[in-house]
Order: sequence, then structure tokens, then C-alpha cells
Amino acid sequence: MLPLELDQLTFGVNGTPIINGISAKIEAGPRTIILGPNGAGKSVLMRLCHGLLEPTAGRVIWHGARNVDVHRRQAMVFQRPVMLRRSALANVVYGLKLAGKSSRESELRAMDVLEVVGLEKQAQRPARVLSGGEQQRLALARAWALGPDVLFLDEPTANLDPASAHDIENIVNTIHASGTKIIMTTHNLGQARRLGDEILFISNGRLMEHTPIDRFFKEPASVEAAAFIKGELPWH
Amino acid sequence: MTGLGEAFAAAWALVVGLDSGLAGIVLLSLQVSLSAALIATLIGLPLGAAIAVERFPGRQVLIVMLNALMGLPPVVVGLLIYLLLSRAGPLGSLGILFTPQAMVIAQTVLIIPIIAALSRQTIEDAWREYSEQLRSLGARRFRAGMTLIWDTRFSLLTIVLAGFGRAAAEVGAVMIVGGNIDGVTRVMTTTIALETSKGDLPLALGLGIVLITLVIVLNALAAVIREVAQRRYG
Repeated sequence: MLPLELDQLTFGVNGTPIINGISAKIEAGPRTIILGPNGAGKSVLMRLCHGLLEPTAGRVIWHGARNVDVHRRQAMVFQRPVMLRRSALANVVYGLKLAGKSSRESELRAMDVLEVVGLEKQAQRPARVLSGGEQQRLALARAWALGPDVLFLDEPTANLDPASAHDIENIVNTIHASGTKIIMTTHNLGQARRLGDEILFISNGRLMEHTPIDRFFKEPASVEAAAFIKGELPWH
Repeated sequence: MTGLGEAFAAAWALVVGLDSGLAGIVLLSLQVSLSAALIATLIGLPLGAAIAVERFPGRQVLIVMLNALMGLPPVVVGLLIYLLLSRAGPLGSLGILFTPQAMVIAQTVLIIPIIAALSRQTIEDAWREYSEQLRSLGARRFRAGMTLIWDTRFSLLTIVLAGFGRAAAEVGAVMIVGGNIDGVTRVMTTTIALETSKGDLPLALGLGIVLITLVIVLNALAAVIREVAQRRYG
């Protein structure tokens, strides 16, 4: 259903703009990183794309979506995973059943994805007693099980230790390799470099640049991006 | 003081000896209050869940009203149900005034606001935490509501127990609509009130012991449920 076009996308609360006239075209294929400092509007932009928030002006257009339920073709993983009070397996099954799958089909699919994220042994354990890293892997499994065309990830490793973050990054790459479009926010430059193919750099609710990853780090086009790179990597 | 000591001894004998008069009163009390708690749950829980996840004009007013109604004086509820069920009242043709059914109705009305208001709060807190995730997964309002009820089931069970406790301990409503008829509508609280005024302390005290024990057991049960659920499901 890609490309995804943002047309003068704007979102404000009580007249204060949080996202300010962002236009961009996100193509299928490359892993897209939405980068920017805290408070830049990354998470809000992602929620607008995913349909959790309604824009106050402008549009989100899925160009490739003809005769498909746009919402069913995308999934999202949040910064803080929300686990239902049931087993890890049942958490994945829950999403699949909402998507209209039968119980049996859901369980088979759920076991498959739990294995990919390395949680097959924890399948019967209550999701809420899993560690933070395991919960985030479970959240990835739950989202991926739906077989989305596009997977949104909102700072999925922000609350995790480096080892858990590494696991998450590997799983994200596996999901990407399976053909799912990755769109992810982060404020971590190292992660952007490891996982990204292209960067949308956001500052103060505006899109400052939309460039391939290499060019972004070598020759940032905007003053804001240059300052962000310098500030985040002071040894450069 | 010997009178008091003797009363306690006699009361204890009644409780331990499972005195048939006392047992009948306790059974009727449990029957009436459990029925009321069950019916109030069937009405109050979905009501609380709906208010928690729906947005509509007047919602805030409704929440304030519901919270205020938690403190509804039982005698007032009794009076209103009495007026409804009395022969000249709109439901007088049912002919159930001064029966256990009337008492169930009064206690149900009394505790619906408690169960609805407390479950509204519990479910709304959960909704705040879950809403984005559930919407992202494509859950519509009704399904989301059911999921929230299931996920907060242990907290909700404590709320139901609180409602039952309130019903079992109130005296004003059942006194008015039940009439405290010996062997028909006499429950623990109304008997305590009557026997105390008559000066028959052993039966009153015996029932008091049962009632207090019941309240303690209920609270202990609620605490155990919370504890076990927290440990097992996080």
C-alpha cells in the first residue's frame, strides 16, 4: 500500500502546532528512520501516520491502497509495551483474532513468531511478568504476527539495556528482510546509523531533511541537523 | 457488667450451637445480599465500562452523580423503593412489598452506584494505559471494553465484594421495604436493631459476631485475591 504520502500534514493542540506542514513521500523498501531531538514531534508524526491521531490539517495518503483495509495492513510497536494480563502466547493470539483469524490458525502463527523472537519457552508465562526486553520482543511478535505491510516502531529500545536493544534491532532487521516496510523513530544516532537506510530529520515539528543515511551523516543539509549530529556525537 | 458478660456467653452459645433461628436469619441475609450484589454487578459493571470508554455530552456530570450516589443513605433508598412498591405506587400491582424480593431490589439500587462508579474508575485507568495499543490492533469500542473488563477482573472482583459488604451491612433499606417480619424478611441487621431495642442482647450480639466475621472474611478474601493476582499476572 506504499508509497505513503504526507501532504502538508499538520497537528496542533489548542492552536499550538506540534507538527507543522510536513510533506514527504515514503517509498516501499528502505528502512526509514524518523530522527530528531526529544519534543520534536516524532511520536506524534508516527501516530498521525498510523491513524491514532487525526491531523488538524493536511492528509495522510496511502497511494498503493486500493480495495484494502489500510488499517489492517499496518502495525505499531510502542516505546512502552502494553501487555494484556494473559500469557505471552495469548497476547499474540489476541491481535490475530481481532484481525479475523481462527483460533487454531492464530495459535500456530503465534507460536511461529514467538520462536523467531526467541520467546517460545515463555509462551505460557503471563506477559506482565516477563522482563522489559522480553516484553518488547513480545510486542514485536504481536505486531509482526499480523503480517503488516508497514511496521511503525516508536523508540522501541528507549527503555532497554544495550543487550536487549541489540536483540530488538536484530528482530527489526529480520522483519525488514521478510519484506515489511520499517518506519521507526529514534533520537539515538548510533541506532539510526545501524538500522536506517534513509532519514527524516524532524525539528520543532518541521521536516528539516529527507535524505539517504550516508549523506545525512556526511553532509547534513540543515543547520539543525548539523547541530544535532554534533551535539549527540561531541567527539566528531 | 455481669449482664453484658452473660449476653456475650449466650451469644457465643447461639453462634457455636448453630441456633436454627439465628441460622435462618443469616441465610436469608446472605441470600438477599448475594442476589443484590449479583444483579447490581450485571447492571453496574457494563455501565461503568461504557462510561469509561465512551465520550458523550454530560459524561462528567454523570460521573459526579454516580460518585455522589455511592453515599446514598440506605433509608432514602428504602423509602423510594417503598413508594414504588406500595399498593398505590406504580409497581404496587406486583405485590412484593414486605418480601425478600423487595429487599433484593432495594439493596441492588443501593449498590449499583458503588459498583458502577468504582469499576468506571478502574476501567478508565486501564483504558488510558491500553487505548493506543488496542486501537492499533484494531479493537473497536465494545471489544476493547470487554478486554478491559477481563484484564481488570481481579480489581473488579474486589469492587463486587465491597458492594456485597455494603449490602449485607445496611439496615435502613431492608427495614423499610422488608418490614422485619419474623421468619419472612428478618435479616441480620434488622434483627440486631429490633432485639437491641427489646433488650434481648444475646441474639443481637450473636448476629453482630457473625456480621463482623463476615465483613472481615470478605476483606481478607479481597486482599488475598489482589495479592495472588499481582504475583501471578503482574
